[in-house]
Amino acid sequence: MKRIISILIENKPGALARVVGLFHQRGYNIETLNVGPVFDGSFSRMTVTTRGSENEVEQITKQINKIIDVIKVSDLTEGDHHEYEFIMIKFKHSEKIQKILKGLNGKIHEKNKDAMVMSAWGSSSDIEVAIKSIGKVNLLEIARSGSIGLHEGEKVLKI
Amino acid sequence: MRALKDEGVKFVFGYPGGAALHIYDSIFKQKAFEHILVRHEQGATHAADGYSRATGKPGVALVTSGPGATNAITGLATAFMDSIPLVVISGQVQSHLIGTDSFQETDMIGISRPIVKHSFIVQNTQDIPRIVQEAFHIATTGRPGPVVIDIPKDKTDPSQLFEYKRAKEISLRSYQPRVLPHPGQIKKASKKILSAERPVIYAGGGVILGNAHKELIALNKLLKAPVTNTLMGLGGYPAKDKYFMGMLGMHGTYQANMAMHNADVIIAIGARFDDRITNTPSMFAPNAKIVHIDVDPASISKIINADIPIVGQVKESLIALIKEIKRAKIKIDSEALDRWNMQISQWREKHGLDHDLYLNKIKSSMIAPQVVVQELYHATQGNAFVTSDVGQHQMFVAQYYHFNKPRRWINSGGLGTMGFGLPAAMGVKLAFPKQEVVCVTGEGSIQMCIQELSTCLQYNLPIKIININNEALGMVRQWQDMNYGGRHSASTYSDSLPDFVKLAQSYGHVGMKVTKQSQLKKTLEKAFAMKDRLVFVDVYVDPNEHVYPMLVAPNGSTKDMWIKKNTKA
Repeated sequence: MKRIISILIENKPGALARVVGLFHQRGYNIETLNVGPVFDGSFSRMTVTTRGSENEVEQITKQINKIIDVIKVSDLTEGDHHEYEFIMIKFKHSEKIQKILKGLNGKIHEKNKDAMVMSAWGSSSDIEVAIKSIGKVNLLEIARSGSIGLHEGEKVLKI
Repeated sequence: MRALKDEGVKFVFGYPGGAALHIYDSIFKQKAFEHILVRHEQGATHAADGYSRATGKPGVALVTSGPGATNAITGLATAFMDSIPLVVISGQVQSHLIGTDSFQETDMIGISRPIVKHSFIVQNTQDIPRIVQEAFHIATTGRPGPVVIDIPKDKTDPSQLFEYKRAKEISLRSYQPRVLPHPGQIKKASKKILSAERPVIYAGGGVILGNAHKELIALNKLLKAPVTNTLMGLGGYPAKDKYFMGMLGMHGTYQANMAMHNADVIIAIGARFDDRITNTPSMFAPNAKIVHIDVDPASISKIINADIPIVGQVKESLIALIKEIKRAKIKIDSEALDRWNMQISQWREKHGLDHDLYLNKIKSSMIAPQVVVQELYHATQGNAFVTSDVGQHQMFVAQYYHFNKPRRWINSGGLGTMGFGLPAAMGVKLAFPKQEVVCVTGEGSIQMCIQELSTCLQYNLPIKIININNEALGMVRQWQDMNYGGRHSASTYSDSLPDFVKLAQSYGHVGMKVTKQSQLKKTLEKAFAMKDRLVFVDVYVDPNEHVYPMLVAPNGSTKDMWIKKNTKA
């Protein structure tokens, strides 16, 4: 099953590599990865999506927790949560693609005689469906942010 | 230098080179610690490791950039697998050259990342005291492990001066290892343990690393349960105690492996259910409830699911558990326990190890390697620090040398590093110059770090080396005998072995050779009588000997064992 793991980590050189390296060392797969500085900039928040059984994911979160630079780890999929992904797409003029992206909070950023650049966001499952239905025709380029998410309710990931 | 001094460092094992020269120059000017010049950086890390295992203090190694750093990698991995606190300082090329493929440049942080507990690269000289302090803190607390500090050469430039600041206390917001166990879990564990009819205490290296052997003994004064140690745990419970079953696992004793398989409660203490212990995990201890105490939450339920996990320092957890057991209203069923201990005695009688092999004056012309270990045990009255390399000789020591005290048995268990024994023995001898330090090795392993014989001469380290010489890579050959139709692929070299007696002599030491059992005892006595000399005793043993018991793998449980050649229990 798909899991969304949120990690609060020191924003230090090499910290990201320790987390990414661990997935490889322990034989886990990373499906998507997102990272950016948060709070006062001395922290980074990473969101990793992976697949595994409950036991496997428990082991992953424990191993990530052992990394000295990691402050907190949480498997968002354990409880209710919000999860979204942002995409940007460049494509040859296509009513079909425009329509699909409009349905996903789409926004036009550039429009010239050859191509268009649009962004959109939605749950990663909606994004997956959209990407599938866009298909290959007229598609030039696509960039995905990877999932990001937060716990629902009062639960937060901070020091 | 001052940061190392403030950490109480007595020895630094190292090898100089370009990127470390500023550091070496300041070593020359100080007296707080002694620098031990090894002959290969692998030796530096193993010596620091051996020092740490014997003393409980962190070991320190210093290497230069590039090849110096990469040569230290095997030692780092060895320490990492066995959770040994090391601080390894590596010189690095100057900051502005990093990433340019400059001379002797290698990405030490990147290369060592999977095999260290943590690593630091120094970006500002004034951070060095803090980084050193944090490195020692991280290496020695929680589940210990090696830490690397990579220092670009320009950050040790003596022309830059900074004020030295040392924090009173270290507090890292991202690192707060758990010390005390959860009281609720301790209660549950006590209840489960006291309701057991066939309990087994399975104690690992965590008991030794956590200095909890006294607490373990105290716990079993209450319980009177059979105890087994892992390879790393030997000495954590006294081998002479009547409840001790010997080592468990791949080459563990028959009774220990049978007890694990038939137990109803397994109390795992500072052990990690390694694949050498469990054999096939799905077939492991089918009727046992598992109480698992470990400082590392990731070790719990990693391989075998723990019914009652307890995260905490072993010592603190055992203290709490003992208190709880004393307080509990229910008592362990002593009749059931007597029956269980009786059963274990029967297993021991049936297929237990014969510790009196040395008494049987076998007419065979060949010496059995087990007999060498037994004679060694008697020659040293069981009091020596024994280091080993990896292979058959290592297992024979684990089986036949009875360790009654912790930190006396020093071997590479997790990584299985050949070449570990001699440099590790140097670290031990420096820490305990008046104690007997023996390196039991084989003619394969000893040649992997043989150059350290030169270090032993320079620093006058009168170690005794017992080379169990079967003229082959014995454990490899055993597997080839058992699983590969006896095809000895790349495991023999009897036509090209050095004359170890002459070799020892050329390094300025004493060499002795033994080929008959009748000479063995006397030669050992002679060797140990030479208190101030390193003696290399080359003992030719029966090359056809195998290590038994041996778990049947794959698809075996711990009750499935070979107990001698071609015979399963």
